Parts: sequence; C-alpha cells; structure tokens
Amino acid sequence: MQRIGVFVCHCGSNIAATVDVAKVAEMALMEPGVVHAEDYQYMCSEAGQAKIAEAVHEKNLTGVVVCSCSPRMHEATFRKAAERAGLNPYMVEIANIREHCSWIHKDMEEATKKAVILMRAAVAKVNLNTPLKEGESRVTKRALVIGGGIAGIQTALDIADAGYEVDIVEKTPSIGGRMSQLDKTFPTLDCSACILTPKMVEAAAHEKITIYTYSEVEKVSGFVGEFTVDIRKKARHVDMDKCTGCGVCQEKCPSKKAPSEFNRGLNKRSAIYTPFAQAIPNVPVIDCDNCIKFKTGKCGICAKVCQAGAIDYEQQDEILTEKYGAIVVATGFDTINLEKYDEYAYSQSPDVITSLELERVMNAAGPTHGHLERLSDGKAPKEMVFIQCVGSRCSDDRGKSYCSKICCMYTAKHAMLIRDKYPDVNVTVFYIDVRTPGKNFDEFYRRAVEQYGVNYIKGQVGKVIPQPDGKLLVQASDLLDNQQILKEADMVVLATAIEPNPDVRKIATMLTASIDTNNFLTEAHAKLRPVESPTAGIFLSGVCQGPKDIPETVAQAGAAAVKAVGLLAKDKLMTNPCTAHADELLCNGCSTCENVCPYGAITYEEKEVNDHGIREVRRIANVNNALCQGCGACTVACPSGAMDLKGFSNRQIIAEVDAICR
Amino acid sequence: MSIEKKEFRPKIVAFCCNWCSYAGADLAGSSRLGYPADVKIIRVPCSCRVNPMFILRAFEKGADGVIMCGCHPGDCHYSTGNYYARRRMTLLFSMLDYIGVENGRTRVEWVSAAEGVKFSDTMNEFVEKIYSLGENVRLGDLRCRS
Repeated sequence: MQRIGVFVCHCGSNIAATVDVAKVAEMALMEPGVVHAEDYQYMCSEAGQAKIAEAVHEKNLTGVVVCSCSPRMHEATFRKAAERAGLNPYMVEIANIREHCSWIHKDMEEATKKAVILMRAAVAKVNLNTPLKEGESRVTKRALVIGGGIAGIQTALDIADAGYEVDIVEKTPSIGGRMSQLDKTFPTLDCSACILTPKMVEAAAHEKITIYTYSEVEKVSGFVGEFTVDIRKKARHVDMDKCTGCGVCQEKCPSKKAPSEFNRGLNKRSAIYTPFAQAIPNVPVIDCDNCIKFKTGKCGICAKVCQAGAIDYEQQDEILTEKYGAIVVATGFDTINLEKYDEYAYSQSPDVITSLELERVMNAAGPTHGHLERLSDGKAPKEMVFIQCVGSRCSDDRGKSYCSKICCMYTAKHAMLIRDKYPDVNVTVFYIDVRTPGKNFDEFYRRAVEQYGVNYIKGQVGKVIPQPDGKLLVQASDLLDNQQILKEADMVVLATAIEPNPDVRKIATMLTASIDTNNFLTEAHAKLRPVESPTAGIFLSGVCQGPKDIPETVAQAGAAAVKAVGLLAKDKLMTNPCTAHADELLCNGCSTCENVCPYGAITYEEKEVNDHGIREVRRIANVNNALCQGCGACTVACPSGAMDLKGFSNRQIIAEVDAICR
Repeated sequence: MSIEKKEFRPKIVAFCCNWCSYAGADLAGSSRLGYPADVKIIRVPCSCRVNPMFILRAFEKGADGVIMCGCHPGDCHYSTGNYYARRRMTLLFSMLDYIGVENGRTRVEWVSAAEGVKFSDTMNEFVEKIYSLGENVRLGDLRCRS
C-alpha cells in the first residue's frame, strides 16, 4: 500500500477563488492510501516545495499528488522537489485543477466537486505508480538549420561560434532569404544588402558551417540528440568545384524569358542563373523548365562558353544522410496570394504592386535600376497611394486574422524614402491603425508625417479602378472626416500580409513539430519557452514562429542558437522512462507491436521463460528503451495484452476512469 | 415518502493526448474559455494509447459520454499514432452504436495545442449533445449507479 501525500495549491487566488481548496484537502484524506493532505498558497514556491519534502520525511510518503496548475507547467518542478526529498520523481502525479477547473468554471460548488474528482483520479493513479528510472542517450554534436535567410544565418553563426558544427539547408540557389530582397531597413534606413552580405560571407567562410543551397530536407527520423536527416541536393547542372562564377554562361544564355524570382517576377532572367549578384555560393543553376537544351536537346551554349568546363547536363539529384543533435527551423515567410483581393486591381494593372515588389523597384539592382517608375509605361509617378492591411487583420477567410506586424513600419519607410528622393511626388497612406511599438518606431513614423509630409488618412480603400488613361482611381472612405474619397493615383502599393513559407507544413510534419491554424510553428510555451518547439530538440528561429521584423528575428535567432548549443554541450541526455515493455508470459510473439511501432524499437528474441513451472523457449517482444518514445501504439495493438506502458499503464488509466465515473 | 427527483448531470470522460489536445485544453483554461464541469480530462501520451477497453470501462462505470482528442492527422507527435486511434475508434464506435450506445455519446476530435477555442467549443457542443441524449443505461453496471 502506498503512503500518499496530497498537496493542494491556492495559486494565489487563481485556484482558491473558485475552488474550496481546504475542502479538497479534507476530502483527500478519505481516499485510499492518503496519509497526509494540506493546502498552501503557492506550492511551486520554495516554501511550498519544502512542505512536500517535510511531509515526505515526516510521514514516510511513497507517493505525492499535487493539485495545482497543468503538469505541462510544473510537473518537472514537483518531480525535482520530490527527488530532492529522496522520493523517486515518477511517484508524483499532478491533478490539473487550474487550467482544467478553476479557470474555466465560475460556480464554486461545481468547481470544488470537479477538483475533488480530479484529485481522486490522480490519487488512484499514484496508488499504482512504480518508481521509474531514466535511461541515457547520446548527443550528436552537430546542428541542422533549415532555411538560409537572416534567421538561419544568424543561428548558424552563433552555434558555430560556440564551437559546434552546423549545416544550413537552403531551398533556393543562394542563402540570403527575404532580407536580401529588401532595399533599406527601418528605422535606421540602413542598406539591407550592406548589413546582410557580410553575414552571408562570414557564414560561407566559417570553418564550422557547411551550406547546402538548392537543397531540401527530405526525411527526418530519430529524436532529440540523434536525428537522422536525408537532404536532397537538387541537381544544379553546374559543378560547384569547377565553376569560377565568371557569369559568361548567364550572359550568353539565349533563353531569357523566365520571370526572376528574386525580383518578384518584375523582370526576366536567363535559364542558367544566379538569383542576384552577391549570391552565395556564386554558382549558377540551370532552370530545366526554361532551358532550351533540356527542352529540345539543342543548344548547349553555356557548356561551350564555360572556360572551366563546369556545366554538367547529366548531373542528378544527390541524397545525403547526416546525423544531428539539434534542428533549428528558420523557414521564414512569403507574402500571401492576392487573387482573393481583386478589388485592388493587382492582377489588372502592372502599376498596382506589393510592398515587396516596391522594394525591388527602389533597389539599384532591381528591374528599374532603382528609379521609381510605373511598370506599365516607365513614367515617373506623381501620386502614390499606399494601402495598409491588405489581407492582415482580416475577419473573413479571404485573409489572415493576425497583424503582419512589419507593414506599418515599412510603409512609413517607403513613404519617407520616396518623399526624400522625389520631393514632388505626393504620398498618401490609407490605414486602419498605425501600429508602431518598438524602439524608435513611433519617432520614425512621426518623422514621415511631420518632416516628410506624408499624407496619412484613416480609412479603408474599397476599390482601385484602372482608368483608360492609365491612371488608377482609388475609391476610399475617410473615417475621421466621415466622407468618401476619390483619388487619382499613378501607382498603388499594397501592404500585403505575410504568411509562413508554404513548405513549413511539410517540414513540421517531418519533424513532428506542432503548427497552428495559420501555419506558424507553435512554441513550447508562449511566454517562457518562445524559441523551442514542444518537440524536444527542435528550435524556432524567425518568422516561422510568428511575424517579426529584422532585429527581433536576429534576437530570436541568437536565442534559438543558445538553446541548441545548450543541448549540444551535453554529453548525454536523460531519456523518458515511460517506455513500453512486454509481459513475457503473455506475449505470443505475433509481431503486431513490431509493425505499429513508429521507431522500430521492438525486436523479437528467442527467450527461455518459466510459465508456471514449465520452462520453454518462446519468441518474445523486446523493447529497446533508448528508441521507444512512449506513445503506446503497441500497447493497444497487442492482441494478448502483453504490452503495457510504464507511467501510463492499463491499470493506472482504468483507475483514473473508475475514479472519474465513481 | 417522496421520491427526490435528481437533476441529470452527465459523467463525461475526455482522453487528451499530451502534445496537442491536452495543451489545447490548457490554452482554453488560460484563455478562460469555459465549458461545463461535467467534462473530466485524462492525460495520455498519444491518442493511440487509448485502449478501446478504457472506453468500454468508462461506459460500464456509468459514463454518459466519452470523447477522445488527439493531434490533427499528419501532426501526431509520434508521426502515426492518431491514424491508429482513428481506425480503432471508427470500429469501436460503430460496434458501440450496434449494441445501443448511440454514436452521439462517443466522439473523436482533433485539437491542436493552439486551438483553445476549438477545445472549448467542442466540449460545449459535446456536453449539450449528451444532455439531449440523457442518461446512458445501456452498458452501465447498475451497481455503480447511485
């Protein structure tokens, strides 16, 4: 028989305001096995933990139930407290009477009744708990960063500087990401490339960093400390070792009709290309869909002009298999598709562009060589209109419910830059709210209004109508003056909502990392573990976790790197002791469990067993504790009921069911 | 002697996987999204840990409804657990329906860690359904009834 202590937490008034905690403690004493029960203001405090230790010693407790917040919050805290008091940490169970009770119920009597039942279920479980021992597993001292934008580059640099090997896998032909497409950055108006490219070069030159561009993660197996990852290196059709990056192939390529991804499709590029001049690596790739040689078999000009003989039309995709201890996801974002926002005439007029396209237009290396001009006729605009919140803060399913966070600031930046360079251009911004939380952000926005005379109008744009003379008629409402506005503009810029990179869903599934309804990766705790995924060994860097600007991305990248380094610095990890095990007298060697195990943790062995005095050799399931992750699939699949899960055994769960239905 | 008429308060057991739905329930809690106190949650590592036996046991012991929540298909922490759970529960629920435990008393729902609202909505709906179905007597062990 266990000797159980029950500790009921007030959590200040979080629990005590709706649950009669003294009553829960009183009722606990009537439960089988309970020899001690008390309530206290904050069980998680040092004094609260000391109470547990004291009771363990004085009453010789063999089990502990803490009625408090979610086990996802403080289970580890209380287990450690019990361990310090000399108890096996797995003899502690939590009854969640805060998130699952006091916070969602208002009636004190009802909530108290429920809290008592939850306490009973936990006591019933602890009565059947057995001491468990953690195993150990190795840590591969190498990290993988998925995504080579500023988030991925910074994470990789920080991990590498701490002395660990890092691999970056980037899908596109060059690292750099979205930041490489930006012209200037707010709120200091630094040139984006000037601050990014040194980092790219540093990453490429770092002896601890290996960069796989034009590559994708294909398969992930294993678990924290020992991930095995297949990386597909897509065929570049250019030999990375031979290519000197002279660029002659791109000049001579006769197929120059492919839309440039880097310039957001605003101009064309050759079929053999590097995305931009500062690309790293400076080795082109052949886009087979647009290459004449691949389409018709006749051409081969690039191979003829290449002095280094680097062109290789026969090159095939290559699969690399590498082992990693930690994985950082830094897959970034893209702007949403605007097909559902036809009222802004984005598909009808080339003079309606997204803000990211405007970045390219304003950039010296962009399609207009940095001259602000209409993409339809190349004329300089006189009237520019910016429309905010296109697809952000949207209440219907056309757009996103969240605020994209960066648009208010980059629009102020665009407006300011345009007014600075072209003082005769009028700039009007239609906004719902201007949101500028951030260091020096509001000052920046006010400068745009006060110093640069940007015309901000609170109101939404209903429609943009292309006129026969090439102008754009903007129909809007002014909410402050309560009037309708009709405004002629030469160019309209849409502050398009951002969304996580579409590939992130596939990657999250491979990593078994959870994802929210907007496809942002979920953090382990919204406040306290913002750069970790709930899946151990997976870390989050940059916009894949939620909208953020560059300084926040860089800060989070560093945080993710430190978390990854903290993991890599360990020689061994303690493994979850809640693993499956087979009762050798019940196991009939049918292999059902082996087939359902997602980790290949179950093997069979011929073993001599003593079945009620009869000794015979039987084929019996054997669980490898280092591989078993404790999901329990095998326990239910087992037709003879031989498989059970430590910590969540059949008897324990049934005891909980019984306690709840009592 | 008058017979006291007792108000019907259903017993509802919710099995929630540790990684998605239990966290979703926590989020419902921290967001103060209420649902009736009749729902009691049991934490399991994965929806695939829910043995049909547990559900039969609950009904036998007087539960009026059993709901099982797991990660969305494709998002299982253990890759494939919820697929097994889905298949098992489809079979079990149709068997239960056949022997008289109506389909409305059993439910499988996928709730992610970010879906506090969905968790609360699901529980409200489910409890309402159980109220409309009334007490479950079919599998009940009468000795367990008070």
